[in-house]
Amino acid sequence: MGTPHSGRRIVRFVAPMLAASLLTLTACGGGGSGGTAGGGQSTEKIKLSVGLFGDFGFKPLYEEFKKTHPNIEIEERQAAYADHHTNLAAHLATGAGAADVEAIEVGYISQFTSQPDRFYDLRQYGLGKRQSEYLDWKWQQGLAPNGALIGLGTDVGGLAMCYRTDLFEKAGLPSKREEVSALWPTWEQYIETGKKFAAHAPKGAKFFDSPGEIFRAIIAQAPVGVYDAQDNIVVATNPDVKKAWDLSMQMIDAELSAKIGAFTPEWNTGFAKGSFATVICPAWMTAYIQDQAKNAAGKWDIATVPGGAGNSGGSHLTVPKQSKHPKEAAELIDFLTSAQNQAAVFKAIGNFPSIPSLYDQPDIQNFTKDFFNGAPVGKIYSDAAKNLKPQHLGPREGDVRTAIGNGIGRVEQGKQTPDEAWAQVLKDVEAIK
Amino acid sequence: MATPRGAATRGPGRRSRLHRLDLRVSPYAYVAPFFLLFAAFGIFPLVYTAWVSLHDWNLLSSDNPFIGLDNYTALFADGYFWNAAFNTLSIGVLSAVPQLLLALLLAHLLNRPLRAQTLFRITLLLPNVTSVVAVVVIFSQLFGRDFGLINMVLDWLGFGRINWQAGVATSHVAIAVMIMWRWTGYNALIYLAAMQAVPKEIYEAATLDGASSLKQLWSITLPMIRPTVIFTVIVTTIGSMQIIAEPLLFGAQVSNGAAATGGTDRQFQTLALYLYEKGFRSFEFGYASAAAWVMFLLVVVVVGVNYLVVRRMRGGLDA
Repeated sequence: MGTPHSGRRIVRFVAPMLAASLLTLTACGGGGSGGTAGGGQSTEKIKLSVGLFGDFGFKPLYEEFKKTHPNIEIEERQAAYADHHTNLAAHLATGAGAADVEAIEVGYISQFTSQPDRFYDLRQYGLGKRQSEYLDWKWQQGLAPNGALIGLGTDVGGLAMCYRTDLFEKAGLPSKREEVSALWPTWEQYIETGKKFAAHAPKGAKFFDSPGEIFRAIIAQAPVGVYDAQDNIVVATNPDVKKAWDLSMQMIDAELSAKIGAFTPEWNTGFAKGSFATVICPAWMTAYIQDQAKNAAGKWDIATVPGGAGNSGGSHLTVPKQSKHPKEAAELIDFLTSAQNQAAVFKAIGNFPSIPSLYDQPDIQNFTKDFFNGAPVGKIYSDAAKNLKPQHLGPREGDVRTAIGNGIGRVEQGKQTPDEAWAQVLKDVEAIK
Repeated sequence: MATPRGAATRGPGRRSRLHRLDLRVSPYAYVAPFFLLFAAFGIFPLVYTAWVSLHDWNLLSSDNPFIGLDNYTALFADGYFWNAAFNTLSIGVLSAVPQLLLALLLAHLLNRPLRAQTLFRITLLLPNVTSVVAVVVIFSQLFGRDFGLINMVLDWLGFGRINWQAGVATSHVAIAVMIMWRWTGYNALIYLAAMQAVPKEIYEAATLDGASSLKQLWSITLPMIRPTVIFTVIVTTIGSMQIIAEPLLFGAQVSNGAAATGGTDRQFQTLALYLYEKGFRSFEFGYASAAAWVMFLLVVVVVGVNYLVVRRMRGGLDA
């Protein structure tokens, strides 16, 4: 009696997965038909779907788009970050279910651009002309190895450091953003500041949320991260990775961490409760903080990040091969990523443009946010973006970073010494092909 | 003349042959829909998984070369797979044993004339109809390190706080509690249904002989509902071999990365979660399929062992 039962149950679990892989066989059926017949204005009713992770601030823009394309209906779907990319991979493999426009975050982009036959080459819809507008490295990230243009960039995540002015004051530290920035030109000085903070910190407040996020920031500032330009994993040999690891270990050792992982419920609570005084703050994070810490308006401010410029996050918009309306989808991407609309998105929710000509425009330069104590976010993130050095991200970027992040977590939870954890990280990374 | 007579004799003959055919074939036709569906959604995927497991099959890549048994060789050498197997068994035992004992006791308590019987029975089933996500999210908050209710109580009692997610034993206990919360009532109801079929006279006789309630449970109820016990043990075993939602969501409380790996040290990564990590985070479908097949065989073995053990128990009770 046990066998048939267990058989059916396990099958129930495995079946969807198999159904997915099965359909792969039929995946490459459609596609290739190119744009719809006859350019110019079409009156045919068309429904375009847009698949995003979280809010990209596009909703008001859809209305604008409809003014010039009255026949197009737009439906936005949102999913959580990891789910969105997992679903996209499954939809591409099965040849069904993907939206007409799919967002891909930079951590995954290389995995998807390595499969150019699953996407439309946007050059065939004339989007190649946009190249001169973009930050060059952002443009390059959207290209497949064979040169096809898979995705157009939306935002970049230049780094800054958000901090709580009230907690800094209580701990006897300066709280003005210029003075705070001057406290920590380097990460070593950041740690020293942290120790001073800890000496007089209000009860329940730690210096930062968790070393995992800081590790990501330090890696982002290096010219080479966990992958070299040839897609080899260089965790074991790149001194910058080890340096970032050692700095993270020093921070754990100094007990500056609130030990709260990013994007967890406790982290969300921590923003409002003031469980940590500083947090790594790419441009897109400002909207997130604002959302989580509504009661802390005016208490957060933004300083420069220690250690120089770096990029964390940012996305591209793509058109999967299974889209039935690639021409319209490409037009929508062109519209959503236009200089004017990237500026509008920045002002609405904080995602910072990847088009450098915007950075010196007065309306961006002078843009401030009351929530962050009137911080000149336009100027801060323009400076951060201008100084960015591009870094190559590899196909298994996410897996490698998870392995390292778990290693840092083990030390923080007191399960391993730094050396043991590092040895296990190297072993884990070794297993990632 | 010959023709009609022939037709007359052939007529009944054909009818009876059709009748016999009907008798012989119809039953199969009636059950066919199930077996066709089972073949399409049960057997075929099972066989196809085996086929996929023989390939270096990446979800995103377009060519998937045949590599024979390499996935299996790699899997058997993968310490994290065996770690997941251990975690699964450990969480399974920690949840199934107390859960079934508690269910038996609950059913025994409810197996007597009570006011508002239906209310009690519905209450038993409520945790089971609650969404597993809701249960895990709430329990993860209860087990939270900084603001969790359980740690607050422990702190207040002077035991100090526990970082439930960090340790092997503590995380297993936390997950086992979530599973028990959902399934104890369900099993209690099944036991209760079986107990209702036990003749009341036996209990009356036992009561007259002075047997205590617990003695009655042990010596009368348990032997009488043995088939039901075997059923619940097997179903619970299969269920606990496939735990995935609880550790996944529990880990998401620590960090994004720790969700699919079941903690920073994979301390609560179960087999199903391991399979999910390989298949849906790393997109290695070939390897994940191999893991699925080995997991299937492990389930068969564990269920078989459990069946033998529980059947053994009968001998002890009869004696």
